[in-house]
Amino acid sequence: MTMPTDAAPRDASGDALLICRLLAADPHGLGGVALASGSGPGRDAFLSCYKKLASASAPLITVPAHVSPDRLEGGLDIAATLAQGKPISSRGLIASADQGAMLLLSAERMSLDKAARIASAMDHAQTSRFGVIACDESREDDEALPKILSERMAFRINPDAGIKALHSDAVIPVDLARKAQELSILKAVEQALAETVLMLGIASPRALIFAFRVARLHAALTKQTTVTEADATIAAQLVFAHRATQMPIEEQSSEEEAKSQNQDSDSNTSNYTEAQSGALADRVLDAVRTHLPEGLLAKLDASAFSRQGRSGQGAKAAKAGKTRGRPLGARRGDPRSGARLDLVETLRVAAPWQRLRRQTQPKRTGVIVHKDDFRVRRFKEHRETTAIFVVDASGSSAIKRLAEAKGAVELILADCYVRRDRVAVIAFRSKSAEILLHPTRSLQRAKRSLAELPGGGGTPLTAAIETTLALADQVKRTGGVPLAVFLTDGRANITRDGTPDKAKALSETESAAKALRASGIKSLVIDLSDRPEGAAKTLAAALDALYLPLPHAEANAISNHVGAAMKSAGRSS
Amino acid sequence: MSSRFPFSAIAGQDEMKRALLLTAVDPMIGGLLAFGDRGTGKSTAVRALAALLPAMKAIDGCPYHCDPATPQAQCDACREKTKPKTKSMPIPVVDLPLGATEDRVVGALDLERALASGEKAFEPGLLASANRGYLYVDEVNLLEDHIVDLLLDVAASGENVVEREGLSIRHPARFVLVGSGNPEEGELRPQLLDRFGLSVDVRTPTDVATWVEIARRRLAYEADPDAYAAQWESHESELQRKLVAARKKVESVTLSDEIMERAAALCLALQTDGLRGQLTLMRAARALAAFEGRKQVTLEDVKRMAGPALRHRLRRNPLDETGSQTRIDRALAELFG
Repeated sequence: MTMPTDAAPRDASGDALLICRLLAADPHGLGGVALASGSGPGRDAFLSCYKKLASASAPLITVPAHVSPDRLEGGLDIAATLAQGKPISSRGLIASADQGAMLLLSAERMSLDKAARIASAMDHAQTSRFGVIACDESREDDEALPKILSERMAFRINPDAGIKALHSDAVIPVDLARKAQELSILKAVEQALAETVLMLGIASPRALIFAFRVARLHAALTKQTTVTEADATIAAQLVFAHRATQMPIEEQSSEEEAKSQNQDSDSNTSNYTEAQSGALADRVLDAVRTHLPEGLLAKLDASAFSRQGRSGQGAKAAKAGKTRGRPLGARRGDPRSGARLDLVETLRVAAPWQRLRRQTQPKRTGVIVHKDDFRVRRFKEHRETTAIFVVDASGSSAIKRLAEAKGAVELILADCYVRRDRVAVIAFRSKSAEILLHPTRSLQRAKRSLAELPGGGGTPLTAAIETTLALADQVKRTGGVPLAVFLTDGRANITRDGTPDKAKALSETESAAKALRASGIKSLVIDLSDRPEGAAKTLAAALDALYLPLPHAEANAISNHVGAAMKSAGRSS
Repeated sequence: MSSRFPFSAIAGQDEMKRALLLTAVDPMIGGLLAFGDRGTGKSTAVRALAALLPAMKAIDGCPYHCDPATPQAQCDACREKTKPKTKSMPIPVVDLPLGATEDRVVGALDLERALASGEKAFEPGLLASANRGYLYVDEVNLLEDHIVDLLLDVAASGENVVEREGLSIRHPARFVLVGSGNPEEGELRPQLLDRFGLSVDVRTPTDVATWVEIARRRLAYEADPDAYAAQWESHESELQRKLVAARKKVESVTLSDEIMERAAALCLALQTDGLRGQLTLMRAARALAAFEGRKQVTLEDVKRMAGPALRHRLRRNPLDETGSQTRIDRALAELFG
């Protein structure tokens, strides 16, 4: 297997400029770029470079994350309508961005519904053809650009690396996008790009379409008449690297795989040999490897759930947007009581009465609004409850009852599923506790994580409680209500630092339990031991938790208790 | 407006395409749920299908585009007209965007007219526009609960009842509900699942050739949509002919008692929730027979449609690792040999 030769690793400094040039040439076709950096010189340089490069007629419309949905799509301009006494409609931001691009500020904070509107406008391109430059300032894992948007953008880059290059005087030839469309791509190159996509575990065919477009644009930019390997390599680096979800299988096996894939597709490709395309795909792949984001490898190896984890991220962000209170519509109310006035709704209610009211008060000008017309915004009041199951999978007596515990969890899951609550699973055994399942509504993932639960080893209860506390805090931050459900016999025998010492472990557990109680998290202890009323009861007391000994509680009863606890948790907050 | 991406040019995704075609053959099948990866052409397929269907006749000026031929399904205004003017229009495909407000979906007071002339008028919402066509909900599993409830009611009754802001309006809203989403990001409530007639799993293709073909066709289409559509014209008109013929024939396709009984036995064995599963299975099998030009439903039709018609109606056991399709396959093997 040869090392990359002609596909020498290019550094990221040139990429920013290249992306800027490509995007300015065809913002709609490429969808856009996510600028992964805080506000700073890099982003400024990118934007000013983009403005310089984009044709004078191409608008760049700034859209803040808190934009109102009607501003996006346009519609009746209430202020102007009231002032002039006749309907004035305003042009939405989407329509204004036609033939240009939209600049989304703090795009990671944009709520899913607005992201969905923009995405759908990009797809249909009926009213407006535009691309998106999304400023993504997300730092922590629980924030991310809405997947629905990032999926539709070809690029993602940190512009800080390319500041110097961005200050260049580069120009783009006129009509580049049209010229690019006329270029043909060598079959072997197409094939190599497709193989690369598959090897990197990218699920969306959009990635490949973007890569084709980028390759063509790059060829046109460098004034070639066909799209060659060099163009494809660059396209793959720019489009695929940040989308990769798996490391390509190393060396030999990847060659074999490429070959077997070639054989599959032999029937409809004829004018190149297997070996050619296979080698080409390898070279492209090697080039992408140099561009993979740092830490990707570690992230992917870290857990067997890596793929699910990634696809879950979008959902997590989506749900965060939801729990922070999406308006449920408006209802009659007094705006002085602290609720937010819904102006549009109020006017909507007042409007039909205007003619009548004018007759009684002929001298008044403007809209006559009565107190009864006031409508206030209503937000989702039921906050999502997240049940965190903390399952003791240690080798002590708990293991015997693990199956029963799983039965109880199963019932609770089915209930959560109907009530649209979320569940998380933490398992502890041997020396540490591990979050098996981050809060999710997906039954599939919960199912899988429980089925894969291993057993045996010590009982690190302290670690379990501390992990629970951290997760519960995270749930609270995103606007949910955590409820901890411990399934254990309470016989802690592993200390915080992982050494077996029963007495110390028990005292540590007690203080950890008190910390959990102090943070106001409701909990339940389901005693798994054969002879209840022992350590688990002490734990329940320390947690101020509802105590349910399993021998007396059937799975159904447990499910009912948890259900009731979740309901009250959702109400009380 | 430029031509739509041709239906026959969608590479791969045969199961989804067939299921979509069957919902067009017999709209009573009741919609399609496509669960799977992003970017696999779900939305494109729905739009392409609508473009493929022959234009429909509608009463001119009616916001719900009522059918002049079926007075029982018309809105009140149309029923009063004695000789309504008709027009021909393409089958509507309406997108229900995530986060759409209730107003947008159900319809609301027409603010423009209210402000300008003080008139209390109804501004029809998305449900009105979707009447007699397709309502496409992307990421249906992430849809707000109150919108989901709303859809459930309307999809069940075929009628949208608006009682708000002093408006009291009811109008027909019969549409084929097409939903898509990724189950890893959240599941659908069983009540909504049951409302979808068929369900398919849309998976990203795994062979290089299909991937290349998808991208190649997309680019060719973009370069010149009209020319590309013309290139596929013969495929499209062939498919349209087949579809129209199947629609005419579907009611006359016969279903023997034996087949009905065996389908019922299958549903019993699988313990599907409710009768809807069995009904849908029968309809889908009949539509498939009609689409493929048979006069009788065969056991093979039932077998082929068992997956899409029943997969999403099986009772779930969170701890059971077996996928729905595997369970159906097992039951099929046991019962039908």
